[in-house]
Amino acid sequence: MIVFVIRRILTMVLTALCLTFIVFYLTNLPANLEKLAKSEASARMSDEDVTKWIERNGYATPVLQRYGEWLGIVPGWTRTEEGVTTGRCIPRGSDPALAPSHCGILQGDWGFSTVFKQPVSSIIADRLSATGWLMFWVMAVMVPTALVIGVLSGMREGSRLDRGLSIFSIASTATPEYVSGVVLIALFASATTGISPWLAEHGWISGKTLFPGTATSAMENITFWNFALPVATIALYGTGYIARMTRASMTEVMTAQYIRTARLKGVSFPNVVLKHALRNALIAPFTVIMLQFPWLLNGVVIVETLFNYKGFGWTLVQAAGNNDIELLLACSVVAVFVVLVTQLISDIGYVFLNPRIRVS
Amino acid sequence: MADALSWGQIFGRIFVQFIPVWIALVVLFAVSIAFKRRLGLYGKLFDSPIGMIGFALVMFWVFTAFFAQMIMTQDPLTQVSGMKNALPGMPVKGSDGAFYLLGGDNLARDVFSRMVAGSTIVVQIAPLATAFAFMVGVTLGLPAGYYGGKLDTTLSFLANLILAFPVILLFYLLVTPEIAQSGLPQYMGMVLFLFPLIFLIVLVNSRLYVKPQLRNMLIAGIVVIGGWIYLALLSEPDTIFNPLPAALDFISVPSNILIVFVSVVFVNAPTVFRIIRGLVLDIKTRDYVAASQTRGEGPWYIMLWEILPNARGPLIVDFCLRIGYTTILLGTLGFFGLGLSPESPDWGSTINAGRKLLAAFPHPAVVPALALMSLVLGLNLLADGLREESLKD
Amino acid sequence: MTAKTDWDPTKPILEIENLSISFFTRLREIPAVMDFSCTVMPGEAMGLVGESGCGKSTVALAVMRDLGKNGRIVGGSIKFKGRDLTTMSDEELRHIRGSEIAMIYQEPMASLNPAMKIGAQLAEVPMIHEGMAKEEAWKLARQIVADVRLPDPDRILRAYPHQLSGGQQQRIVIAMALMSKPALLILDEPTTALDVTVEAGIVDLVKDLGEKYGTSMLFISHNLGLVLEVCDRLCVMYSGEAVETGSIKEVFDRMRHPYTQALFRSIPLPGADKNSRPLVAIPGNFPLPHERPPGCNFGPRCSYFASGRCDAQEIPMEVVPGSDRHATRCLRWEEIDWNAPLKAAVKTEKSAIGRVVLKMDDLRKYYEVSAGLFGGGAKKVVKANETLSFEAHEGETLAIVGESGCGKSTFAKVLMGLETATSGSIMLFDENVQSTPIQKRNTDTVSKVQMVFQNPFDTLNPSMTVGRQIVRALEIFGEGKSDEERRNRMLELLDLVKLPRAFADRMPRQLSGGQKQRVGIARAFAGGAKIVVADEPVSALDVSVQAAVTDLLMEIQRKNKTTLLFISHDLSIVRYLSDRVMVMYLGHVVELGSTDQVFSPPYHPYTEALLSAVPIADTHVTKQRIVLEGDIPSAMNPPPGCPFQTRCRWKSKVPGGLCEREMPPMKTLAAGHQIKCHLSDEILNHMEPVIKIAAE
Repeated sequence: MIVFVIRRILTMVLTALCLTFIVFYLTNLPANLEKLAKSEASARMSDEDVTKWIERNGYATPVLQRYGEWLGIVPGWTRTEEGVTTGRCIPRGSDPALAPSHCGILQGDWGFSTVFKQPVSSIIADRLSATGWLMFWVMAVMVPTALVIGVLSGMREGSRLDRGLSIFSIASTATPEYVSGVVLIALFASATTGISPWLAEHGWISGKTLFPGTATSAMENITFWNFALPVATIALYGTGYIARMTRASMTEVMTAQYIRTARLKGVSFPNVVLKHALRNALIAPFTVIMLQFPWLLNGVVIVETLFNYKGFGWTLVQAAGNNDIELLLACSVVAVFVVLVTQLISDIGYVFLNPRIRVS
Repeated sequence: MADALSWGQIFGRIFVQFIPVWIALVVLFAVSIAFKRRLGLYGKLFDSPIGMIGFALVMFWVFTAFFAQMIMTQDPLTQVSGMKNALPGMPVKGSDGAFYLLGGDNLARDVFSRMVAGSTIVVQIAPLATAFAFMVGVTLGLPAGYYGGKLDTTLSFLANLILAFPVILLFYLLVTPEIAQSGLPQYMGMVLFLFPLIFLIVLVNSRLYVKPQLRNMLIAGIVVIGGWIYLALLSEPDTIFNPLPAALDFISVPSNILIVFVSVVFVNAPTVFRIIRGLVLDIKTRDYVAASQTRGEGPWYIMLWEILPNARGPLIVDFCLRIGYTTILLGTLGFFGLGLSPESPDWGSTINAGRKLLAAFPHPAVVPALALMSLVLGLNLLADGLREESLKD
Repeated sequence: MTAKTDWDPTKPILEIENLSISFFTRLREIPAVMDFSCTVMPGEAMGLVGESGCGKSTVALAVMRDLGKNGRIVGGSIKFKGRDLTTMSDEELRHIRGSEIAMIYQEPMASLNPAMKIGAQLAEVPMIHEGMAKEEAWKLARQIVADVRLPDPDRILRAYPHQLSGGQQQRIVIAMALMSKPALLILDEPTTALDVTVEAGIVDLVKDLGEKYGTSMLFISHNLGLVLEVCDRLCVMYSGEAVETGSIKEVFDRMRHPYTQALFRSIPLPGADKNSRPLVAIPGNFPLPHERPPGCNFGPRCSYFASGRCDAQEIPMEVVPGSDRHATRCLRWEEIDWNAPLKAAVKTEKSAIGRVVLKMDDLRKYYEVSAGLFGGGAKKVVKANETLSFEAHEGETLAIVGESGCGKSTFAKVLMGLETATSGSIMLFDENVQSTPIQKRNTDTVSKVQMVFQNPFDTLNPSMTVGRQIVRALEIFGEGKSDEERRNRMLELLDLVKLPRAFADRMPRQLSGGQKQRVGIARAFAGGAKIVVADEPVSALDVSVQAAVTDLLMEIQRKNKTTLLFISHDLSIVRYLSDRVMVMYLGHVVELGSTDQVFSPPYHPYTEALLSAVPIADTHVTKQRIVLEGDIPSAMNPPPGCPFQTRCRWKSKVPGGLCEREMPPMKTLAAGHQIKCHLSDEILNHMEPVIKIAAE
């Protein structure tokens, strides 16, 4: 078991290195650096000035070396021009002699965001906690709903209940966040359409709309009203998928021989489902739920953009849209890390759930 | 100046506009149901109500894309002054008897016509990109599953690498004008588009190496025709890769479309790879595989002619689901304004444009949103019907 | 349980009358069982025999009222202790299931819940039906587990199903069925998935427990020999109908239905011989449920068929006068001369044995596997084949006998070149192919050595026509110059295996199991194979088809002078068709000799047990009962010394614990007869024959 975990972690580290390098390479393409130079210094720079700027700011070295600097395994660049020493690890205006030789993410230095004019680490920490709440509520709504739907429709395959729930879950997998978000806003948060005008007419709601169309206020204070729509939007897409998986797994288990054995032992139907089928049926969906995280990330980006909730996804869009290289790199490290950790948890959890694998 | 239409009139007019689609659908269903017993899995689809509904939805959009010119009431790109954010059913200013059936968007273009025009983009790109993803996934998944060992470990690692990459991030990094300029999409396209060619050549060779003459003829044909299509797809004037003279370059793929295409293939291929690999691991233990091994068949014959045809059931189902997923991905790209031009009437971009005034004027965003949802729903239902029917055998 | 008290124990415990069951599909109603009647008295064991698809399992499930969504009882009644099960509510049924009627299934692994401990699964039964407290239920479970002769019951109760071997799992399933001391036990092919020596143990157990608890049994099997060992009465089924029913003695010795007779003539009993007394296969195929003929279902395949009578009406069940509830569904049973000797079957000459074509010398095949499931850890070596030496001659049938894990499949793979041997030599027609994988062998060598596979449903590619698959083999072997020539050759091959030429354009799913197996044989002989490895070619087929396929193999062998390496676990068929026999256990050859030498004493102790374990469907045969303890050890973890020492009943006869320390050497007993055993010649010479045929 320990060997297994160690191997998994080594693979994880290797994956993370590969992925961050790809991101690093893509964000550091000459065209991007040129854009960075123009946005940082002056939009009307000549090509020569651009080259000079790139050189002066340490972007002219080979990409592998810069990647090493960013990681913190290669000493940061320094440059002495006209008696002034500048360098990667030397904050402007401080004494070059006191600066550390390495400053990469291994030293905890994530760089400086050009868009937000703040250290990347503090931005990421703030945004992640905002997104954490969103994720938490999404999971809290999505997983139980999906499992209940899946189990109910899978326990009697082909029944009317199954047909109804299946169509619901298929429809929900066909509704990406940008569709459900738009439709939900039109229905519940539009002053001209949906149910809000009707409710307002009867005086049942005080404002113009039932739900607000943005979740910006949830940054300070999460309430049902400002969080329901974003959470529902993300959860809807994932619910169908997990429910389908649970249903498939449940129907398979329900046709298994040991379920017949249980039935012919005289176990009542509710007990067959709860005691004999459920645990076996939840093994497969567990993996699926854990692997939902990378998917949720998509949803989070879309929903945070749509509802203007300034979390991690919103930051990622800002960073990517404004060519904020260090912030984008940090975002991708976090994203990759989340994905890999959930994969690891899903593997280990699978082993614990499934006694057939848990040999000795 | 005519009055605005009521909702009943709007739907009546939309119904009339779609008449070519209705006729095509009725003909298709009548013919298919009449011969359903002779049409294999496709015929059995007509035994499943869910599958039939799904198929009808999908074909509705396919026919819509096909007859788009006849269905559209306005030009999807023309802005008519005074129609900005017009409500559904408003008559077009300055023309007689013309209406914005589903209103106008924030640039005063006809929402209905843009939705119809958007379908052509989706119906062209999504299945083609999925097909390419399958070619790549199949060509790599077969040997990974069949040989196992180091090859499998390497390929699986690469697949997991791409899968661990958040899709959005990948799109933001890949689908940018800077990357398009750098020629990277063309390099990636060069690799990805090579797969169908390799696939076909290996397919023919593995089976026909016992008949060299026929094989040489076929392979020569594939290399010439396939190679031409390959070069025509990739070569684009004024870019780094332009080997074909303009006279021969019969397909023009603008680099922003190419990069969308390539990145969608890139995102989908690893999943297909994993599915194929799993199926191969299962099928390769069958006796007929052992039988072909004991008569000394080459590994590629076994993979392509003994294993692949018997994996077709789950693959067809996944193909339908995956077209749906690709449609969603294309929408996502449009939603973030990546790749396609902002003018483009594709559904994702239209939703993106419409969401800014969503609370006040929902119709420009809701219409393409529902269109996209119905197409994906159709594909999912179709896949579900196919899965159910293929299991019933 | 009120029902247990108001029931008169002299009345039948189960009474099925005119039961009809149908399955409903979208297209049509498919009758699965028609007009089926039978009674089971208290303490009686009733056998239900028939080929697959005859409806025997459907009857069992109908008794449990568990026919699924599509199945429905469309007529008749099933009375259990006088109460009609067909009209009971779900709640009433639930009380009966598990407590009064219990069922044992074919696949023990699949019938135990993988995520529940054995103890919990057992204890559940009395907790549901008798409201027993948990501790008490576990105590009872422990006692019953000991009753089914499982070692270390406490450990087993805490184990998960996957931690037990197949034989142990089946004992647990039996224990589960006995937890509430049911009045009726239904056993649906309980030993089919097990090895013969393990099967013998289970059969013994079932018989003893039946006597001990006085349970009535409904025993479903396709194996007449097993039914003879377990049951008092039997009911033979064919295509949804009971065709003959009666006591074992009467049906076995004085059968009154042509199908029963044909069945007995098609199974290899002691005395049958491929040359002098060949088996008689039943012609034709089992009818599909929706294509049954009018009148007698067996009519089209029956040698006593009278057209205009047998196909004119539904045939009723008729009681044979002067017998113990013996009845038959045949119109002509009184007209047929049941004692007439078999029409002189075509006798054939024993084919001449030619030169040596295959010689294996000291062949070894080791696999390296990683020990832990998660990789890492020490590598372990599995010795799949150890010091294998033998010769095979042209035109000879060499049988390789052994149970699962004995290494016979590995041996086949090595010979075919799918794996290369670790050491030793394989001389194929004077060419050493030990380390030549199949890709490097030339076409000629490849086409000369071919294989026939076990599972007919797996042997053909489901998405290619039959003809195309044979033509492909011809193409690969370089037979024929043009497509046309190859097509003709393919049609000839279909003739050879006695399939209609029209089958060339069919897809495999349109063929029955036996027909598929014939196509597999045709494909193997496409390149004029000289050595054919047949890996259990008939074990998955129905009895009546087995004979036909076996005969076909023999016939082609005679024609082509093929060397047949016949891998099997079924000693009856091995005795019938082989010239020489090689017995394998855990990768070792333990005995090698001519068929007569191997089947008569002196035996290797394992051969002896194997012979005793094989059920024989003949009332005249008496067998010495030797039941082996425990299960076959894993090849990953073989015992030290002699591989068989853990289960050998002769071990005490070898002084000094030699068996546990040293691998016995191969010793020659008579010309061409070798065994690997430490037993002294004296003890070997005094061995009793296991099978005795009583004089008639």
